Amino acid sequence: MTTLTFEDFKPGHFGTFGPRRVTREEILAYAREYDPQPMHLDEAAAAKSMLKGLSGSGWHLCSIMMRMMFDGFIGRTASMGSPGVNEMRWLSPLRPGDDLMLDIEIADARVSRSRPETGIVTFKGVVKNAAGVTLGEMVSPIIVRCRADAAAE
Amino acid sequence: MRFFEDIEIGSRRELGSFTFTAELIKQFAAQFDPQAFHLDEEAGRNSLFGGLAASGWHVGSVCMKMLVADGQRLTREAIARGEEVAIWGPSPGFRELRWIKPVLAGDTISFSSIVETKRTSDKRPEWGILQARNTGTNQRAELVYSFLATAFVPRRNAGS
Repeated sequence: MTTLTFEDFKPGHFGTFGPRRVTREEILAYAREYDPQPMHLDEAAAAKSMLKGLSGSGWHLCSIMMRMMFDGFIGRTASMGSPGVNEMRWLSPLRPGDDLMLDIEIADARVSRSRPETGIVTFKGVVKNAAGVTLGEMVSPIIVRCRADAAAE
Repeated sequence: MRFFEDIEIGSRRELGSFTFTAELIKQFAAQFDPQAFHLDEEAGRNSLFGGLAASGWHVGSVCMKMLVADGQRLTREAIARGEEVAIWGPSPGFRELRWIKPVLAGDTISFSSIVETKRTSDKRPEWGILQARNTGTNQRAELVYSFLATAFVPRRNAGS
C-alpha cells in the first residue's frame, strides 16, 4: 500500500468515509469517562434537555471523526500530527444507533515555510447521519510529509 | 453550576490536574487515534513529538472531564448553600483549538478556564451564550493546550 504524501492532497473533494455505527453502549461509556453530564447519560434528564433525548458528547463525536479519518486515509498518510482545530461546530445531536458518514474536503494545501519537507493540509470534515442531517463540521490543518526525492525512495 | 447573571467576564477557575500515563495514552489512541506516535514509544521518539504523545483528542476529552467535574463541584456548593442549581445547556461548538506542545507520557496537565465573553440570545431568551478560553499547562508551566469554548448557560430570570 502506498503512503499518501502532501502531493496527494489537492483542494476539492477528497473522499467520503463510513458508515460508522455508534452504539448506545459506546455513547454511555465515553460519557461516563469524559463527559458525565445528564444529557449524555440519563434518558429522563436528556428528554428534558435542549437536545430532547439522549445524545453523545460533542467530544465523543470529534474523537469518532478522528477514528473515521484514521481508517479512511490518515492511517496510510505520512501524517505528522495537527497543530489544532480552527473551528468545530456541533450542529445536531449524535444519537444512539446513528450510522455516520464523513465527507472530507481539502480547503487548502501549502508547503510549510518553516519546514519545507512538510506541507500543511487544511481539511473540512462534515459528518452526517443516515438521514443526511449534518451533525458536525470541523476545519483543521494536518501536517503531512512531502514525497521524498527519487534517490531517497 | 452558576447562572448566566452570576458569571463575570475575566473570572478564572482552576479545574484540576490530570497525569497522562503511557497506559492511558495508548488506551485512548487504540480506540480513537491509532497513529503510531500515540501507540508506541519508539515511534513517538522518532516523530515531531519526541516521545509517546497523547492524541490531541485525548487532551480535549480530559479537559472536558475536568470541566464537568468543576461544574459538579459548583453544583454541590450551590446545593450546600441552599441555592437554586443552574443546569447548563449544550455547546454549539468551539474555535481556535491549539495543541501548542505535545503532551508526553508522564506529563501532568493543569487545566483552567477564563470567561471571555457573554451575551444574551434573542432567539432563546431563557439562555445566555458564554465563551470561555480553556487551557492546559504542563508541570514545567508551559502552555500546551488552548481553545475557545461556547456554551448555552441558563438565565436566572428567564426571558425577563
